[in-house]
Amino acid sequence: MEYKYEGWRGFEGGTWVKEINLRSFIRHNYTPYNGNEDFLEGPTENTKALWNQVLDLTRQEREAGGVLDMDTKIISTITSHGPGYLDKEKEKIVGFQTDKPFKRAMMPYGGIRMAEKACADNGYTIDPQVKEFFTVHRKTHNAGVFDAYTPEMRACRSSHIITGLPDAYGRGRIIGDYRRVALYGIDRLIEDKNEQKVETRSAMYADVIRDREELSEQIRALNDLKKMAASYGFDISKPAKNVQEAVQWLYFGYLAAVKEQNGAAMSLGRTSTFLDIYAERDLREGTFTEKEIQEIVDHFIMKLRLIKFARTPEYNALFSGDPQWVTESIGGVGICGRHFVTKMSYRYLHTLYNLGAAPEPNLTVLWSTQLPANFKRYCAKVSIETSSVQYENDDMMRVTHGDDYAIACCVSSMRVGKEMQFFGARANLAKCLLYAINGGVDEISGKQVGPEYRPITSEYLDYDEVMNRYDAMMQWLAGVYVNTLNIIHYMHDKYCYEKIQMALHDKKVTRWFATGIAGLSVVADSLSAIKYAKVKVIRDERGLAVDYEVEGDFPKYGNDDDRVDTIAYDIVHMFMEHVRKNHTYRESIPTTSILTITSNVVYGKNTGSTPDGRKRGEAFAPGANPMHRRDTHGAVASLASVAKLPFIDAQDGISNTFSIIPGALGKEDEMFMGDIDVDLGNIDLEDGCGCGACASPTLFEGLDTDE
Amino acid sequence: MAGRVHSRESFGTVDGPGVRYVVFTQGCPMRCRYCHNPDTWSPTGGEETSVEDILHDYRKNKDFYTKGGITVTGGEPLMQPEFVAELFEKAQAEGIHTCLDTSGITFNPQKPEKVDAVLAHTDLVMLDIKHIRPDAHKALTDQDNANILAFAKHLAAKNIPLWVRHVVVPGITDKPEDLQALGRFIGTLPNLKALDVLPYHVLGISKYKELGIPYPLEGVEPATKQQALDAKKQILIGIAQARQKK
Repeated sequence: MEYKYEGWRGFEGGTWVKEINLRSFIRHNYTPYNGNEDFLEGPTENTKALWNQVLDLTRQEREAGGVLDMDTKIISTITSHGPGYLDKEKEKIVGFQTDKPFKRAMMPYGGIRMAEKACADNGYTIDPQVKEFFTVHRKTHNAGVFDAYTPEMRACRSSHIITGLPDAYGRGRIIGDYRRVALYGIDRLIEDKNEQKVETRSAMYADVIRDREELSEQIRALNDLKKMAASYGFDISKPAKNVQEAVQWLYFGYLAAVKEQNGAAMSLGRTSTFLDIYAERDLREGTFTEKEIQEIVDHFIMKLRLIKFARTPEYNALFSGDPQWVTESIGGVGICGRHFVTKMSYRYLHTLYNLGAAPEPNLTVLWSTQLPANFKRYCAKVSIETSSVQYENDDMMRVTHGDDYAIACCVSSMRVGKEMQFFGARANLAKCLLYAINGGVDEISGKQVGPEYRPITSEYLDYDEVMNRYDAMMQWLAGVYVNTLNIIHYMHDKYCYEKIQMALHDKKVTRWFATGIAGLSVVADSLSAIKYAKVKVIRDERGLAVDYEVEGDFPKYGNDDDRVDTIAYDIVHMFMEHVRKNHTYRESIPTTSILTITSNVVYGKNTGSTPDGRKRGEAFAPGANPMHRRDTHGAVASLASVAKLPFIDAQDGISNTFSIIPGALGKEDEMFMGDIDVDLGNIDLEDGCGCGACASPTLFEGLDTDE
Repeated sequence: MAGRVHSRESFGTVDGPGVRYVVFTQGCPMRCRYCHNPDTWSPTGGEETSVEDILHDYRKNKDFYTKGGITVTGGEPLMQPEFVAELFEKAQAEGIHTCLDTSGITFNPQKPEKVDAVLAHTDLVMLDIKHIRPDAHKALTDQDNANILAFAKHLAAKNIPLWVRHVVVPGITDKPEDLQALGRFIGTLPNLKALDVLPYHVLGISKYKELGIPYPLEGVEPATKQQALDAKKQILIGIAQARQKK
């Protein structure tokens, strides 16, 4: 087929030629790969040299106390900085957020105070003119939010019954479809956006005006992206012509996003299968060898590992580190039943060997029972050897999100370029239970934060009474929570709009209103204790219930015991029903998540003793995990409890943080011999030499295979 | 029928092939110095648990066990042969692979009936031979090893697949001549399928403290991986010698 772009030569046509449609392009052109990892290539000398440079800079950064360099004057935009390099001669993929690696940009649109504090806490001082500008002349997202907050919202915020609200920084959790840049080139994307602008309705209702303004912003951002690429010497107005260009174009798209936004999660999307189409064509045409393609991929992943933001110590404490959540979704299965594993899926995972293990980018395998056995084995091997792979249940998410979704942050699934989400922190359901018992009075501060409902005054807690009060308190909490988020997202759209990311979306975008809950296992166990054991209330001089004595044993969440697992299920469903009763901003669809992967420690710190026997300040379990050491029947039982939670009510994701020492997954190769005859074959009676060369018999046996 | 069960593990990966549902029975007549489960010794502890209850639990998550099955260990499962026999019979009827992890101590060659009822529905036996020399065995476990070795031969006669386990305790069960002798013995068993040599570890000490029992191997260092590998090599030499003779 003849196309007007050279970059499209040899591709099979489809809807994607006429309209921006990545899914159509991928389905018509990708090559599923069923083989094993034997084709993979190691790092080149250039890769090793560059990575050593990175390791050296990392060491310097650590020695400097966590930050090597920071902008205090330049406000980061797509075009604010000139090009930056590690070593221009060696880099196959180029581009940094600022004009040099390890220099953190300043992004004040989310909130000037946060930007200022991020500088100050790291020993830098923000330029006074910048501060004045964003205090007097230009409003930030943060300022807008606090103009609109009600006293009740502020009280909930400071008592930590609602925590982690993105009201002072970028919300993140939006994935631009960066593949579009490579497949179509900027000019075609601008053309498309211009058409969209022409097609808006003619009566100027507020939403139409907003649409037109946003489309103009998007077009401007696309032009800026083109300029930024040009500063690196690339003309990205037309489609990429080979895999190196495709990776570079795509990375420029992503880079523009992280130059513009310091979001709580800046995920990459689902790019490997897309890029493999270019790699296959190049291999066919002889443009690049496998070694060269792996080098391009290694350099790309290296760049993703160097995405950095200016953040405060408190922010890092909440997230236990300095995460970017550059999540990339790999694998999965199509609606038609064909899997999406390609050689590129392997190449991405293989970077964990070529560059060493690392938490970023957050390589996430969309796991399905239908994935090819070779790939499953390879994933298991990589997990065992690097502990760096995240897994998500594709069979479950595909039902709702189709087969071209990606994960934002850790679990939030969204169709790439078609769906986005309003990220929404979490409601602390454990604290809410304490409010139900104390009639809306905070158990730590003693302040009346919630509505002044009747407190429970009995010596022992009665299950039905507690459930009644809890339901009412939850309804209140869901209301104030959703309305707080409505303000936040209105203001974020207004003052800190994600121009380039939204430019890489369709015009009609489905918006998810993603709430979240924390403390689920604490609540489930507390209610189980109240129901199946006896819980005595201990009140302080103010008459507040501040501690609990549990008499007798009770079923605990995490042991595949329906008596308590049902309670957990009901809580999620009840909360979600209350959320759904509320109006949500911009016709968004409410969901919830159970995924505090790291912030469970902070939430626990701000929550009093609970009726399950957990003491004040003790950490919650992460996400939907059972409480630490309460799951006593092994991994399957623990996982089975989590798996009973209703995904339909928690479509933004349910996470279970699961660590296991490799030894607990099966015997180590050398220690265990599966076949005595094989062992004996290695024994030489003359000198008694025996070697341990033998395949592990149990390591991979848990995998379902399609052989 | 119900038995006394100490605990259940839903994700057993080291007690037989595949991912397994593992039942730890309560009660054991052995007093192995290195035992890491002293809480399973008393025959009166644990919880009365029915065969149906166990199978119900298993069925709920059977997708996890497609290449595994049920392992009964302990304690000493053969202290409750009727219970294990019924569990295995019903499990096998559902197509579940059954594995018995035993010391063989309760076996009586003159009266094998009760054990045979278990073996009739056992797909695999994991036999833990603590020591090949009778005197050393007695010193290590308080029990004689004659019936244990007889049990191994009994399994060979019935041709029930056998995995032999041996724990390497530095200074106690790691002498090359003993290990080779052990190898020469198990080398005569045609049903021997695998050899599992485990390094002694000290993870059980806290349980002794909780139970107020003095720890018998106080001061003995855990075995290293290399020590276990060396020991395995000696056993394999013994096996090879036995097989060569044949």
